[in-house]
Amino acid sequence: MTAPAAEIPEPPSNGIAYVRRTPAPALSPPAMQVGIVGWLRAKLFSSVPNVLLTFAVLAFLAWAVPPLVRFLFIDAVWSGADREACLATGNSGPVGACWAFVRERFSYFVYGSYPVAERWRVDVFFALLAFGTVWLGWLDAPRRGLGAIYFFVILPVVSIALLRGWPLIGLSDVDTSLWGGVLVTIVVSAVGIVASLPIGIVLALGRRSEMPLVKTLSIGFIEFIRGMPLITVLFMASVMLPLFVPPAWSPDKLLRALVGIAVFAAAYQAEVVRAGLEAIPRGQYEAARALGLGYWRMNRLIVLPQALRITIPNIVNSFIALFKDTTLVFFVGIFDFLKTIEVARNDPKWATPVTSASGYAFAALCYFVCCFAMARYADSIERRLGRAERR
Amino acid sequence: MRGNRTKTSDSIFYDPRFRSFVLQTVLLVVIVAFFAALTYNTVENLARNNITTGFGFLDSVAGFDISQTLIPYSSDSSTFGRAFWVGLLNTLLIAVLGIVLATILGFIIGIGRLSSNWLVAKVSGAYVEVIRNIPLLLQLLFIYNAVLKALPDFRDSIVFAGGTLLNNRGLFLTRPTIEVGAKPLGVALLAAFVLGTLLHIYLRRRREQTGRIIPAWPFTIGMLVVFPVIAMSIYGFQVTWTPPTLGRFNVGGGIEILPEFAALLFGLVIYTAAFIAEVVRAGLMSVPRGQLEAAAAIGLHRRQALTLVIIPQATRVIIPPLTNQYLNLTKNSTLAVAIGYPDFVQIFTGTVLNLTGQAVEVVAITLAVYLAISLFTSLVMNIYQSRLKWGQR
Repeated sequence: MTAPAAEIPEPPSNGIAYVRRTPAPALSPPAMQVGIVGWLRAKLFSSVPNVLLTFAVLAFLAWAVPPLVRFLFIDAVWSGADREACLATGNSGPVGACWAFVRERFSYFVYGSYPVAERWRVDVFFALLAFGTVWLGWLDAPRRGLGAIYFFVILPVVSIALLRGWPLIGLSDVDTSLWGGVLVTIVVSAVGIVASLPIGIVLALGRRSEMPLVKTLSIGFIEFIRGMPLITVLFMASVMLPLFVPPAWSPDKLLRALVGIAVFAAAYQAEVVRAGLEAIPRGQYEAARALGLGYWRMNRLIVLPQALRITIPNIVNSFIALFKDTTLVFFVGIFDFLKTIEVARNDPKWATPVTSASGYAFAALCYFVCCFAMARYADSIERRLGRAERR
Repeated sequence: MRGNRTKTSDSIFYDPRFRSFVLQTVLLVVIVAFFAALTYNTVENLARNNITTGFGFLDSVAGFDISQTLIPYSSDSSTFGRAFWVGLLNTLLIAVLGIVLATILGFIIGIGRLSSNWLVAKVSGAYVEVIRNIPLLLQLLFIYNAVLKALPDFRDSIVFAGGTLLNNRGLFLTRPTIEVGAKPLGVALLAAFVLGTLLHIYLRRRREQTGRIIPAWPFTIGMLVVFPVIAMSIYGFQVTWTPPTLGRFNVGGGIEILPEFAALLFGLVIYTAAFIAEVVRAGLMSVPRGQLEAAAAIGLHRRQALTLVIIPQATRVIIPPLTNQYLNLTKNSTLAVAIGYPDFVQIFTGTVLNLTGQAVEVVAITLAVYLAISLFTSLVMNIYQSRLKWGQR
């Protein structure tokens, strides 16, 4: 980099040195610019408005955080059999969150009214689903094609037999009106993703089709559904579906909601997939055509594998939205996780001033952990894909 | 190039136009058959349940009460058609207020996330992460059931200065009634507003022509203060304040803000603001750093660089996703059903459908309304965006 240092001359023989032979020790940097003080000056107190802002935010945190910590942890009631435990008595001061209530109703939050003797089936379903999710979600997992078949074909069939019951092989029928809690939330979101992805791909291809009728129908469906609030789609499914089919086929409540969710999610998924398709360079299409591939083989072998890969983060993000939206099945009388919280908090056995807040805090924590984890997963995939792009 | 090859590729089955024609015909037949089956079943089912069809029900008396009405409505004389308009106006009220407030909060938080102040950036980031990852319905239920319903009973209302009451039935504000001088005051304010807008346009044009910067807002604010004062001193002015009064069973007088309305508004604003903050952040970050440096190099100070260089470029990126958030807010306002705010879905798709049993008609009208809202919004935003495309290469 730099030119080789000139040779340092030997000191003259009379012993007087004119040239310093070693570098002077470095002075320490100004105390105001490094270390904690420097960081504070740069990040918090760099100007008068910044000082004011910092103090305003600190004041807000001092006002908001301690009561929250007191409510959630310090004053919280961790055990007890009924509401007596969570009522403020004369001398014990204020009562925080009633975690005893959450603990007691925990199995209701997970299984709803699913018969206690059959709950192992729900556990097996959770395990199978977790297995499939890891298989598909872990990009380096072996045989991911098989994983997709497992997730989109085998798992739905096995799950229906397992949860709904199949008397032929000794699994007794469990009516869907007994399902509830986390089970329903997961079933609804899983059906949403399993059904919406294939339909969404077809719709996205349809929207880019050169056939005018196919294109018009796809656009019409996608834009129509996306213009609707989910509640009206669910209302429509629950009120109109029974009218649309002969009375003998009338679907049960859960199935109606599932149809509504699947249709709604498919329209959104279609737009996500379309964005991925549009990101594939034209040259890829032309090269596939030049190789003599037909429309379906071109999409199956060349376009979709690339498009879906870059779409994974967006698919996960739309799944987060779907997961949050499943709370809306609440309105058509289905006992999802949030609804079981609502039911439990209105139970006179646990009626205290803090029951509602405790139940909601627990639900918020569960939703936050799930959604946040999925969002981080989407981010990590995105970074990984970005690395691949840069190579 | 053998004979038989040529023959097969000449075959009509390999003609793309023929294939596409056949495929679309088959699709059309399937779709028509599908809808025919639906219609047939629906007609059969309706006939079996003795439900008459048609929109005549809109003219019959509704007979149910609505807790918040922006237009005159009474349960014993108003029709279902009237209830439709009441619900629609309530939805539009919450949507417009929500959009304005969520935009303000969202911009503050979005800019806060990019702040050089570490604390502000972290707190804004935490806000966005927490709020975005919790379902809106849960937030609404929390605000309504755990916060607003936990306020004291109306007998123990919290009394603020000026007689404002806060209790679990809502917020009751003092109602001002202008006895004298309402009209001159209105005219003065309107005049100040119009003149201010014209001045703004004029000064902006002047700036673009001459480069001289004269801000319009000090003049506008001055006019907004001076004009009403002149009007009031000439024509006189008198206001009576009617504070709400605590009755035996109820609160009388004053302006009432329902807890359902407040909960829905807060919930929508807090939730949507988190998404708008992300839109704003992405928009601001999309402007290359060099733009800021170039602005500094030609001598603009930081505020000018923001308003003249960064924001106009970021706006173009921000508008389309912002429109999406506005539409989402409007659609999410249907969650009013959960807490009993009388919005369009609660009144019409809920109560009216249950009372009349006219499922097909009610659902059709609901779909038409939401379609109209979203088409109208996209239209306005498309026009705005096409006007904004100045100078794009």
